[in-house]
Amino acid sequence: MKAISESVVKKDHKEKMNGSALYVGDFPTEGMLHGKLVRSPLAHARILSVTLPDLPAGYFYVDKDDVPGENIVHVVQDDSPAFADGEVHYIGEPVGMLVGPDEAVTAQLAGAVHVQYEELPAVLDMEESRVNFFDYHYSRGDTAAAFAEADRIFEETFTTGYQEQAYLETQGMIGVFDASKVSVHGSLQCPYYVHTAVGKVLGAAAAGVQILQDYTGGGFGGKEAFPSFLAAQTAVAAYKVGGRPVRVVFDRREDMEFTSKRHPSKNTYRVAVKDGRITAMDIDVRFNSGAFTTLSPVVLQRGIIAAPGVYNVPNLTVRGRAVKTNTMPTGAFRGFGAPQTFFSVEVLMDHMARALGRDPLEFRREHLVKQGDLTSTSGIYHYPVPLPDMISEVLEMSGYEEKRKQYTAPQTGRYKKGIGLALWFHGAGFTGSGERDFIKAVTAIEKTADGKVEILASNSDIGQGIKTTFAKIVASELGIPYEEILIRNPDTDRVPDSGPTVASRSLMVVGELLRRAAIKLKEEWKDGEAQRVEEHFAEPDFMIPFSLEDFHGDAYPTYAWAASAVEVKVDSLTGVNEILGCWSSFDVGTPIDYNVVVGQMEGGVLQGLGYSSMEQMAYDEKGRIRNNSFSDYIIPTAADVPVLEVQMHVEEYPFGPYGAKGAGELPLVGIPAAFVSAMEQATGKEFSHIPVKAEETLDV
Amino acid sequence: MNGQIKFILNGKDVVYAGSAAARLLDVLRDEYGLTGVKCGCKEGECGACAVLLNGQLVNSCMVAMGFVDGSIVLTIEGYKETARFAALDKAFAETAAVQCGYCIPGMVLAAEAVLAENPHPDEATIRSGLSGNLCRCTGYNAIVKAVQAAAEEGAGLW
Repeated sequence: MKAISESVVKKDHKEKMNGSALYVGDFPTEGMLHGKLVRSPLAHARILSVTLPDLPAGYFYVDKDDVPGENIVHVVQDDSPAFADGEVHYIGEPVGMLVGPDEAVTAQLAGAVHVQYEELPAVLDMEESRVNFFDYHYSRGDTAAAFAEADRIFEETFTTGYQEQAYLETQGMIGVFDASKVSVHGSLQCPYYVHTAVGKVLGAAAAGVQILQDYTGGGFGGKEAFPSFLAAQTAVAAYKVGGRPVRVVFDRREDMEFTSKRHPSKNTYRVAVKDGRITAMDIDVRFNSGAFTTLSPVVLQRGIIAAPGVYNVPNLTVRGRAVKTNTMPTGAFRGFGAPQTFFSVEVLMDHMARALGRDPLEFRREHLVKQGDLTSTSGIYHYPVPLPDMISEVLEMSGYEEKRKQYTAPQTGRYKKGIGLALWFHGAGFTGSGERDFIKAVTAIEKTADGKVEILASNSDIGQGIKTTFAKIVASELGIPYEEILIRNPDTDRVPDSGPTVASRSLMVVGELLRRAAIKLKEEWKDGEAQRVEEHFAEPDFMIPFSLEDFHGDAYPTYAWAASAVEVKVDSLTGVNEILGCWSSFDVGTPIDYNVVVGQMEGGVLQGLGYSSMEQMAYDEKGRIRNNSFSDYIIPTAADVPVLEVQMHVEEYPFGPYGAKGAGELPLVGIPAAFVSAMEQATGKEFSHIPVKAEETLDV
Repeated sequence: MNGQIKFILNGKDVVYAGSAAARLLDVLRDEYGLTGVKCGCKEGECGACAVLLNGQLVNSCMVAMGFVDGSIVLTIEGYKETARFAALDKAFAETAAVQCGYCIPGMVLAAEAVLAENPHPDEATIRSGLSGNLCRCTGYNAIVKAVQAAAEEGAGLW
């Protein structure tokens, strides 16, 4: 283990451990106004009129007419209104906000706002959608010829459900408008995304926009784009009331029902096989975007680029669509489109191996990509692919081979066991040319005259430990004790735009910029002088530029790799399944802090197990989400997975700090396929969807 | 009704004169400024608002103030002054068990409740004892290991 990997006490340990860290809901409320959103109860309707109840002095109603700039929340595109304008497109769409000094009275008045609607036809089922927000195609080789020559053709459709981020702290924002400057702080991942969004709704009304991140109780993607909406709405309310802070903190049900979640998907794979080898895949991916585009284009790009998995598929045709429905707009969630397609391709590999009479692991090994091979988008796997060694590690950790053999023998009795395995990658950093063309990250290090060193970056610590790992890198280069490096929650008045806290990029991309900045500072160091050094992103030379027009080139500079085995026990009388264990090997390059990285891996694995086995969310015939509390949207507890083992396999990436690659998202991505594989062995059934419900495992 | 609800809060005698129907969670946060007590769901499902009521772990969102009369309430703000907290603090730091931190005050008090009942718990007992406190970040391993380590290194404290 490199010295940099040795674990330290996390930068934010103390204040989080003793309860003194202030999250957005913890700020003193004296003098604050509370905001409560008035939401559409219908999935699609025209707004005919809005009638307000009698508002006591000090209470305000805020809606589209109060927006001084553009009534648009900028995400990737500009189709989402801050407040509904004449029409609502999903249940929960904000129509207005009631603001006032007493929280309970405000909520009561919000409930008494009478909006008259004319109901319009709603499209809830993605099959019935006639609107493709995005429709991407790419191909390589000659798929048609490969199918014509195939001796076996497989076709199967896979579906995946919603997944709710279920961060423990709900969404919340506080905004204040004072002397033409607006300041918004709250629970968020991407200060500069929020900055852009708030600037757009306030327009010329705000000479200055300041966004600060408070301690944030988890994100997992759920606080990537959504806070731009809440901050924009809160900023408009703060502008209207002028001078007094406005606070909006969601309750749990509101948060679960009316914030973005993972895109449900339906993915059809056709596979041509000749002489036992996969010769072509023809893949059709559909993601349910909900009523607006939000982050769907980029989620879809990652999903379809990952669609053929970790396998060499010489002829490939991929289509991906993100379709519009009158449901809650979906968005970012750890894995960002890849969990849906990796689930599909990995389960398909099992199914094909079974049909071909082959061992699923051997069948996988024969098709694995290796260094120098082409990626799905005709880029290159520039660096070693360590999967063969990682498979061996997982086999040893899990006792896979012996268990697999044992459980293949007929299992009599009430309890049946199974073990399954899956392989995957996660493209490290932004998809395509985003880092080069859009983000253009800048980071800085400042030193005061008395030698105090502070890191200035817009990446937020949402639990993943970025304060700790950034500080370790800078400390290591400067030769200063880690404890003495300052790093605060980002404030856009002080930090440059080093990009959002997403895409497993912060450590690999911004961490490397900080490393270089620290080297520069060390070279230029002058005792007794205040100094500042900056570092700007430059794309590594080795990359084949990616074109979104034809999905050609290196979509990612490098990849993080994973192999995982899951073992289950099914009670055939009750249908209840138990996860006996999960053993994984992960390669995220050099861990910048061993504990921090293992914590990310373990947490991601458990989210993946939840996604596959218990986290179920559905809407009713009107389009209302029914699973909106921890009572009916179940996430794993400490008792659910007794054995969860992780091993780090290190394949260094020379352009990441000390050899580090992207880490945060990887562990979740392929877990559902390993779980389903185990469930199939235990039950003797085939599943092509997640989550797998207890009802489906009865009578086995 | 409103009343004179007397209880001991983090070692001090206090009198609460508000509604007996108010939630302990809201009173702790709003009246006494104890924001280490987090609100995660207000439905008794997540454990973020857990406190010790007469030594028992309770979700403070599920306790009406009327029930608190004559009781001893301990929140993270009081617990952090103890030697037991110091042992858990060290162990949580060494396993990096604190990620986003939102579940932590409740989780730490759940750990205290586990160790107070059984100073030498096995892993299954710890997992079961913490299973009313949701954590979405860690996968729980680091927390479970920290509680085991605190039990070993803090032997005699519980």
